[in-house]
Amino acid sequence: MRKIENRTILNEIQAETKQKIDQTRMRILICAGTGCLAGGSGEIYERMCELVKENPNVEVKFGAEIAHEGVENHIDIKKSGCHGFCEMGPLMRIEPQGILYTKVKLEDCDAIFHRTIEKGELIRHLMYKQDGMEYPKQEEIPFYKKQTRLVLKNCGHIDAEHMEEYIATGGYQALAKVLFEQKPEDVVNEIMESNLRGRGGGGFTTGYKWQQVARQKETTRYIVCNGDEGDPGAFMDRSVMEGDPHKMIEGMMIAAYAVGAQEGYIYVRAEYPLAISRLKLAIAQAEEAGLLGEHIMGSDFSFKLHINRGAGAFVCGEGSALTASIEGNRGMPRVKPPRTVEQGLFAKPTVLNNVETFANVPMIILNGTDWYKSIGPEKSPGTKAFALTGSVKNTGLIEVPMGTTLREVIFDIGGGIKDGGNFKAVQIGGPSGGCLMETNLEISLDFDSLKKMGAMIGSGGLVVMDDHTCMVEVARFFMNFTQNESCGKCVPCREGTKRMLEILERIVEGKGELGDLDLLEELATMITETALCGLGKSAALPVMSTLKNFRNEYVEHIVDKKCAAHVCQAMRRYVISPERCKGCSKCARNCPAGAISGQIREVFKIDNDKCIKCGACESACAFDAIHVEG
Amino acid sequence: MGYMTINNRKVAFTDEKNVLSVIRKSGIDLPTFCYHSELSTYGACRMCVVEDERGKVFASCSEVPRDGMVIYTNTPRLQHHRKMIIELLLASHCRDCTTCHTNGTCTLQKLANQLGVSFVRFENNKPQVPIDESSDCIVIDSNKCILCGDCVRTCDEVQGVGILDFAFRGSNMKVMPAFNRIMADTDCVGCGQCRTVCPTGAITIKQNISPIWQHISEKDTRVVVQIAPAVRVAVGDKFGVPKGENSLGKLAAALRMMGFDEIYDTNFGADLTVMEESAELVERLEKGENLPLFTSCCPGWVKFCETRYPELKKHISTCRSPQQMFGAVLKEDARVNPHDGKKTVVVSIMPCTAKKAEIHRPEHFTDGEQHVDYVLTTTEVTRMIQEAGIDLSTLEPEALDMPFGIASGAAAIFGVTGGVTEAVLRRLVNDDSQQALQEISFTGVRGTDGLKEAVVTLGDREVKIAVVNGLANAGKLMDQIQSGEVYYDFVEVMACRRGCIAGGGQPLPIGPRTKKARVEGIYRVDSMAQIKLSNENPIVTTLYDGLLKGKEHKLLHNHTDAE
Repeated sequence: MRKIENRTILNEIQAETKQKIDQTRMRILICAGTGCLAGGSGEIYERMCELVKENPNVEVKFGAEIAHEGVENHIDIKKSGCHGFCEMGPLMRIEPQGILYTKVKLEDCDAIFHRTIEKGELIRHLMYKQDGMEYPKQEEIPFYKKQTRLVLKNCGHIDAEHMEEYIATGGYQALAKVLFEQKPEDVVNEIMESNLRGRGGGGFTTGYKWQQVARQKETTRYIVCNGDEGDPGAFMDRSVMEGDPHKMIEGMMIAAYAVGAQEGYIYVRAEYPLAISRLKLAIAQAEEAGLLGEHIMGSDFSFKLHINRGAGAFVCGEGSALTASIEGNRGMPRVKPPRTVEQGLFAKPTVLNNVETFANVPMIILNGTDWYKSIGPEKSPGTKAFALTGSVKNTGLIEVPMGTTLREVIFDIGGGIKDGGNFKAVQIGGPSGGCLMETNLEISLDFDSLKKMGAMIGSGGLVVMDDHTCMVEVARFFMNFTQNESCGKCVPCREGTKRMLEILERIVEGKGELGDLDLLEELATMITETALCGLGKSAALPVMSTLKNFRNEYVEHIVDKKCAAHVCQAMRRYVISPERCKGCSKCARNCPAGAISGQIREVFKIDNDKCIKCGACESACAFDAIHVEG
Repeated sequence: MGYMTINNRKVAFTDEKNVLSVIRKSGIDLPTFCYHSELSTYGACRMCVVEDERGKVFASCSEVPRDGMVIYTNTPRLQHHRKMIIELLLASHCRDCTTCHTNGTCTLQKLANQLGVSFVRFENNKPQVPIDESSDCIVIDSNKCILCGDCVRTCDEVQGVGILDFAFRGSNMKVMPAFNRIMADTDCVGCGQCRTVCPTGAITIKQNISPIWQHISEKDTRVVVQIAPAVRVAVGDKFGVPKGENSLGKLAAALRMMGFDEIYDTNFGADLTVMEESAELVERLEKGENLPLFTSCCPGWVKFCETRYPELKKHISTCRSPQQMFGAVLKEDARVNPHDGKKTVVVSIMPCTAKKAEIHRPEHFTDGEQHVDYVLTTTEVTRMIQEAGIDLSTLEPEALDMPFGIASGAAAIFGVTGGVTEAVLRRLVNDDSQQALQEISFTGVRGTDGLKEAVVTLGDREVKIAVVNGLANAGKLMDQIQSGEVYYDFVEVMACRRGCIAGGGQPLPIGPRTKKARVEGIYRVDSMAQIKLSNENPIVTTLYDGLLKGKEHKLLHNHTDAE
């Protein structure tokens, strides 16, 4: 690629690439996000490339070429980033028609090539179906239709491994705009004006953070991007890093220009190898094109970017632990002040924002603050990506304007509760978040509304639960996570979460006492009020919110020794219904604990003292005679 | 500068670096485990939490004082949180208080009692780990560790050694050397500073008490004991003697009552060191070889230099430390004189844990014989006095034994930083007039700074001197010396901040007031001494003409492979 020595070259590259893409007869985008790759999209990509090569005589209509695979036929085959609909993967998008094929298998490739590409026919079994409707086009699928994809706009639609494609969508134009048209303080003011708030969970005003760094006396400053997305089930940042890495890099560069930083670090968790390789590639390409390095686009602005791999500690998502980890120290939060903006990485002023926050920056610069503030509520403008999982029909990565209600997300985009179940709760914000009930469904998804409800956006995990979910077990699960991931520094988090977990374990094992609930609340309050870092302070939220909203379930576990959702194994009571039992003895023969006895052709009985609640009998019974009671 | 309101009382503050200091200054002893004014703020114990007027709870150790701040330190909510923190710590802590070395001095025990924690609702299900007794100097019992990190920060920030750090996370976190090594396999210098800050019994002194009682009881054994300079101003601590008061006479009386046969002063060994080291300095200055000359009295420093700056090892004086010189003399004396055919056991009472390792170093053997057989720290000797049922404070002071019971004031000040240098200068200037002594004391060698510098004219030459205490400071100085940034002719290093008076074997607690009192006590010993210069000590002269004649080098210097 040409060296981008000035703004004109950037514009030229944008125009050229756009033209090439527009002229390409067909563009096949095969999702190469982590989920689809695991589903075999790598092989699908190879096979499609082979098919294009094997069939050179597919009609060619135009001459302009793009220097990538599949050039001979002007059928451009690309590996794209994540589409967010991972449950339906591997995914294949065919442009310009906008067809989205779901659950594509290697053996479907021939059919796709010969029927869809050559003849323009649709393959029905690869189309997405919901409520008896077939949706050939991606944009019409309810999951996508109700979303507003701004940050994730390019994910799945461009080739993440080629910078020109990003440039073709207007990439690096925002950088050029600030470099040649704006003073650094104007950029800070603009971001401040936009009310952009940190997407990492805290919701701190980004512009304010930048302003504080810009005001420091120390002139060596750093930009750090937090890509240590540790919440279980959250993968928004991964998708951006894998699918549109340059957007985030551009955001970091604008931040660097605004605050006068010379160097940046991207901290990516080690569990994201693909994100790391895509980012490495993106940085290499940007360096080669002169977009990173000295005198970027001929301006006075210079910026270097490094990648740092985490080692798997959740706590490294906390700012001071993250910077400690980059410095090569043990990832442990430290006391503040001094804050990161004053003394962050290497004790220098540091802008620390998360991936999604940086990815918001270029579009704010390009479209202006008024445009940005028109999306979502005034105080929390913009969109937010959520990882929607659990008992909904459509799970995956979604992006909606802030202020969208939970109901819209769960029922319109998520398609409602799957398998005809009933909605029970939604866990929002991961291990630092809380559980909300049906009565909270009209709540608007933004920083302030959720905080009022004792929950938080966190990094954006949304786990939908139906009536097969035990809320005590949910609390135990998150507490187990927090306890495992506590760095061990402060007493409240280290010792307090350990004891809370022990109590929760007791309760799900049917050994809880009523006094345990008071003790849980006592510990939760102490941890929340005294813990050192944000993770500790929010560690008790899942327990506190379930205790508040689902207290009866705790009481049921403790007093009646019953788990209504039949989740808590220790409380299951297997019974054989006398009307259905044929006395075949199959259950007794399958019982590993010797807990079932009886005479052939008579009703068998389970001795619940011996029963280990494994459920082997239930699955063995041919007459559906065994079920869990209570 | 400003005022804040603490519990409805107006309190002025000036340059206090945090709210906690202001609270403490106002007379409220807010409890902490992890806060030490000499260490970085760690903020882990959360005991110092306070509440502001809006009900926000925060840790006062890490909050900068602001004018107009309104805080409360003792609301029911805060009391509750503190008690819960103690309860949680106790729950994961070995609670065998009655048999713990730290019984009575343990901060956890003290605060549990003080805050009225009367029950622990949680079971101690922490897996028990083996006690690390591999070091000659300290014992680490992780089962008693409350993870306040004081030792980790002391080892790293004050001593620059960094042997201890955290491993594992969450409730599995442990303080240990890297790679699961035992202490003996690390470069631990044995200074024991970690032990002086440990609030519980997790780090204690390696005990050598029982073999000494055994030797005392043996009829055919002569137990000879030497007492280091810094011991006399600390040994009275546990007996109600005012801090820093010289208890040497009382200690001598106690040791006699306990059955020690002969009681001497390590200060005499220090006088020998002054003689040898000043001669060595003159020789090196003349030859211009291996300058700067580094002192060798402190075994923590010697080990530090060996492991961190092996290329600078040749700068270390070949002189044995006062303990080892005296030990060698005592053993030589035992060889030459019959002493009724009794076996001689040399014990030294030291403020220092590293001395316990020094006696085993191969270069400190003469003809295959170990000079000092056992090292007792001040803390251990306190325990022995208690075991013997003696109240030190009520004893009439007694004199030390002859022939090694006289020492100069120059030797006494070995117990504080700058003391060795001052003593050597007195010897080299060789003028015991008040004026000359005062001039030396004002050269800059006295004081509590981590690094002190002095320039002294000896003959026609200016001698540049650095006095450094605390190994982290020493490390910085070594880096500068290596890079050529600074030049000195003589460098005195004491591993512990403020010198031996704050050594790892001294009675706890060693707070700022205690340190100050001990330093003053040491200088008082010097002021009271009739003999100010080591070369004026009559026994030193006698010894050089007698027992030591022809054996000076063999007995008083190290015989390392370097020679």
